[in-house]
Amino acid sequence: MIEIVSAERCVACDKCVLACPTNVFDRGPGGVPVVARQEDCQTCYMCEAYCPVDALFVAPHTHPLPAGSPLREEPEVAGAGLLGSYRERIGWGRGRVPGARLAVGPDLDRAGPAPAAGRAPAGPARGARD
Amino acid sequence: MRLDADVLVLGGGPAGAWAALGAAEAGASVVLADKGYLGTSGAAAGGGNNLWYLPPDPGLRAAAIAGRQRLGGLLTDVDWMARVQEETFRQVNRLASWGYPFPRDASGQERRSSLQGPEYMRRMRRRVHRGGVRILDHHPALELLADEAGVVTGAAGLRRQEGFARWEVRAGAVVLATGGCAFLSRAFGLNVDTGDGHLMAAELGAELSGMEFSAVYGASPEFGNHTKGLMMQYATYYDERGRPLGTAGPAGRDLLARRLAAGERVFARLDRAPAALREAMRRSQPNYFLPMEKAGIDVFTQPYPLRLVLEGTVRGTGGLRLSGEDCATTVPGLYAAGDVATRELVTGAASGGGSLNGAWAISSGTWAGAGAARFAGTRGPLPPPGALRPAGRAGMRPGGPGVGRAEVDAFVAAVQERVLPLRHNYFRTAEGLTESLRLLDPLWEQARDRLGAAPGDGRTALRAREAAALAAHARWMYRSALARAESRGVHRREDRPAAGPGLAHRLLVSGLDRVAVRRDPVAPRLLTGAGVP
Repeated sequence: MIEIVSAERCVACDKCVLACPTNVFDRGPGGVPVVARQEDCQTCYMCEAYCPVDALFVAPHTHPLPAGSPLREEPEVAGAGLLGSYRERIGWGRGRVPGARLAVGPDLDRAGPAPAAGRAPAGPARGARD
Repeated sequence: MRLDADVLVLGGGPAGAWAALGAAEAGASVVLADKGYLGTSGAAAGGGNNLWYLPPDPGLRAAAIAGRQRLGGLLTDVDWMARVQEETFRQVNRLASWGYPFPRDASGQERRSSLQGPEYMRRMRRRVHRGGVRILDHHPALELLADEAGVVTGAAGLRRQEGFARWEVRAGAVVLATGGCAFLSRAFGLNVDTGDGHLMAAELGAELSGMEFSAVYGASPEFGNHTKGLMMQYATYYDERGRPLGTAGPAGRDLLARRLAAGERVFARLDRAPAALREAMRRSQPNYFLPMEKAGIDVFTQPYPLRLVLEGTVRGTGGLRLSGEDCATTVPGLYAAGDVATRELVTGAASGGGSLNGAWAISSGTWAGAGAARFAGTRGPLPPPGALRPAGRAGMRPGGPGVGRAEVDAFVAAVQERVLPLRHNYFRTAEGLTESLRLLDPLWEQARDRLGAAPGDGRTALRAREAAALAAHARWMYRSALARAESRGVHRREDRPAAGPGLAHRLLVSGLDRVAVRRDPVAPRLLTGAGVP
């Protein structure tokens, strides 16, 4: 869930307010977004992708983290290089190679280990989404 | 706010985007309204898609159809499958010509069989915008509008970032591209998929198909929600004491489900991934690896605990029945594309996963958009807005004063209690399904008679309507599951573990107060001939 909005980094563009598919943010004083409805966050990282200044951090947990958790603290998260990490990994931002160029899912599939005995090449119950 | 258009598209995932393009390219004026934001909404945006993208090699395409119809429990339709192959190939090549950055192989050749979600949907938004489509973000639809003859003539909803004011769009045809239903399970990117479109269509008498193929769960870390299947092919499962249990795949999935249903924890470690491949894996699948890195887990060396998250009819198969090649539903003026439509025609009883569902979104979106534009072109002047009948009932027009948020949340939890647990939904029995329906039927009556927000409480109004859709969905699922007295594809009946002879036909379900199931009079059409297993 969304845990950090860095007021220091935020440029009040409010792109996250618009891009969040579950409407978690409200525009706050001075345009800095506030997490108005954290319980509606679906942990999809889209706000991180759309933030041009890496001011947002979405923890990978589907419940709010308890007080004192390091993933709620901006200095710790920034120090670990995790602010803006989703945007970096999908290759968005000036000078980056679009991650889409590297998304070689099916190739990995073919390069993978031989299927174990009794395992069909693709499960009847589901296929891989990505 | 009132607008007019030839075609109104509800939903801004890939299917909605392709539908809007298809309608605009047919010359229609188009409005697209999404609950969230076109670009981030839906199952595809947050993740990625492998695509059923096959070059026009008849042998290759026939083999792919033969393989999928067998996996799909022989419920598929060969003509629809061939059309999807053709249309997907054509449209993905267009996407490439628009500049989508596909990966290249060692020889510099583009590999067009996978899409990265954020990039794909950002580009689709741009394309839709340039196509002259009016995009309404954060405009959840609540209900359809019909003319005197019952022809769909628009929709209405709330502007959730403008004080929840009502919006209405009058249109000559409507495309539903509202996604499947994952019951607010918090599965990755799926909380926008609450089955709203199914309910809106059913209120005008639409039929659904394949709703029993809905017991689909994805494996995610216990603490989180990212259900990225591809990497699990390298996983070994362990019990709490570190003893290996098996590997991923169908047998592993069964083991995982049985242990988790019994309350035992299961851990995964990607120790079967070749060392040489690990760096490329990290680079190619940030949606799987980054959340684990954020949580401080090295998946190649540390076993991490798993859970199974319901993905319902998003990754399942069921949805609105289609009555024509243009993706018309059984309601005049109403078209369906993507996961809101049944995907049985191309995936049968098996999950379409990303590959077929991704191809289906592109193809069905294109056809539904063009079909809706054609239909709109045949209509004369539309009735004045005031003459249209708003069709929404359950969850939005209660007999009484409406209820507060807490009661709506409790209602959602009551539905979830019957559909999320593996013991009720994954491991189905006649007895368990009957008991679930005994509890769900009065919930539906509650949704119809009581559920709805007090005036001015827009946020509760939206959730109350979603809640009604969840209840309707659960009942269609379980009535169909009870009627299919066998196991086939993702529908698992513990009391009927084998596929039943003579049951290789599709099931249709309809109705809200009274839910009825019947055999589809249209039989599956299969690929036959030499070499087809």
